Amino acid sequence: MLEDKTSKFVLFGGVLIILAGAFAPNWIVNQFMFGFSRALAIVGLMVLWRTGLVSFGHAFYFGLGAYAVAILDIQLGVTDVFLRLLAGALVAGLAGFLLGFILRNYRDIFFAMLNTAISMVLFGIVVKTESLGSTDGFAISMSTIFGLAPETKYPLFVIITSVGVIAALLVNYYLKTTYGRLTTAIRDNEIRVEYLGFSVAHAIHLKYTISTILAGGAGALMAMSLGQVDPESMINWTVSGELVFVTILSGPGNVIAPFIGSLVFEVLRTYAFELAPQAWQLIMGATFLTIIFFLPGGIWSLLEKLGGRKNGK
Amino acid sequence: MGNNAPILEVRDLLKTFGAVVAAKDINVDISRGEVVGIIGANGAGKTCFVNMVTGYLAPTEGSIKFEGKELVGLETRKITHSGISRSFQVSQVFHSMTVAENLMISIAIANNTAFDALRLMDTPELRQQLDAVLARYKLEAHRDSTVSALAQGVRKLLDIAMAVVSRPRILLLDEPTSGISVEEKFDFMDIVMDALKEDGVTVLFVEHDMEIVARYVSRVLAFYQGEIIADMPPKKALSDKKVQEFVIGKEHHKRKK
Repeated sequence: MLEDKTSKFVLFGGVLIILAGAFAPNWIVNQFMFGFSRALAIVGLMVLWRTGLVSFGHAFYFGLGAYAVAILDIQLGVTDVFLRLLAGALVAGLAGFLLGFILRNYRDIFFAMLNTAISMVLFGIVVKTESLGSTDGFAISMSTIFGLAPETKYPLFVIITSVGVIAALLVNYYLKTTYGRLTTAIRDNEIRVEYLGFSVAHAIHLKYTISTILAGGAGALMAMSLGQVDPESMINWTVSGELVFVTILSGPGNVIAPFIGSLVFEVLRTYAFELAPQAWQLIMGATFLTIIFFLPGGIWSLLEKLGGRKNGK
Repeated sequence: MGNNAPILEVRDLLKTFGAVVAAKDINVDISRGEVVGIIGANGAGKTCFVNMVTGYLAPTEGSIKFEGKELVGLETRKITHSGISRSFQVSQVFHSMTVAENLMISIAIANNTAFDALRLMDTPELRQQLDAVLARYKLEAHRDSTVSALAQGVRKLLDIAMAVVSRPRILLLDEPTSGISVEEKFDFMDIVMDALKEDGVTVLFVEHDMEIVARYVSRVLAFYQGEIIADMPPKKALSDKKVQEFVIGKEHHKRKK
């Protein structure tokens, strides 16, 4: 499982980032926490994209994960980081598994927009329900680790990075299994996959459920990093759009790409906002257009090209 | 079930699309090891028949039994699991992948149970099987070529090789030589039929080229307006009056004379 280049790079990179984080200023640690939290959801969207499916509604699962953390905190006083993460991933995964029975039958724009519709239903419910915090959302208490309350954010940063490393290794392994290799095959030709004797619906259902577990985990980690949840920044369709934006920015080439893409997105958004508070979306939009026109394979394809040139290819 | 029993029994098959009758009164038994040519003009119901046997189309009425087991109502992948496979008139392959990747996925699916599908696909055993299939279908030279860059004939060979790795007992080929040049068609068919003969596969193939039919099949089913109008050995079929009139065309026959 850990023998290939990607796995070694993920492990080595993860350890390096964790060590460097100990000496990094707070704002950098925060950027990494936000970036890596979101990257989990992007890894799932990348698996779907490789299958030829784009979801414009994964904020539904991202939001479910985040709100699971908030509700557990408020109703039951659960603050343990691992319980919170598990709850977020499980709630979203269960919802994804159940909705997967419907969504696995749709493709293209119908798949994309059905996901949006589902996420907007949740958004509508949360906004209109006082007990779910309505438009204000909830503040979340600081996460604890096995009963200990850390004084800084560094332990949470270590956990988020480690979760990212584990998720990247698992998905990288999955992509090398027969199920995983079927991603491109299904995108290319569903008829042939069925005639080879494999159920396309089952394969898509599994991929979809994996992507929802990852989105739920991402939402839970983001909620713990931010210390609050609200429908606008967790469930709204703009969040789904943001996830798709980062997926395209990253590229589908490798499980490392979502982590790099997410970090680039965080930095880009922060500086765009600082440079042009009234027109930061303009900078983001221009970046998006540049990526689509010149790097359709995302940042990863650029890194591959640079790597190839360095190796004399 | 004894070895003499038909491997495929088709009874009273009917397929309609609204008022259009695509196939009717189809009754046929296929014996194990036969090579059957399905001939007929465009729209005669040949591909419709293949599509019904392989589950792509559901018959309006009738029964299709494979080794005594009813196939009507089964999903395509379950028909594949039961031992029937097919190739297509337009090759159905994974166009953005290489020939090796196409075959590796096919072999892995044929080898795997659902649980095995969560194990690593690329193993030394699978590579060995891949080499054997590449050699048998003479695809070694195209091993690492992306399918979208390949000639039609190579894609057709790949399509058939992918259908065969599941070790079917019946293989249905839909116009295997369409799009292949006159010079290449016999070489192509020799590769395919030699490989299938080694495996003892029962073959049904739809074909427009009467030279191919005469050379490779042991029995001909001639379709006309959704019905089988002749079921006989190829020599007899090609000189049959009805076949000449409705399938081959009188002009073609005169030219040959």
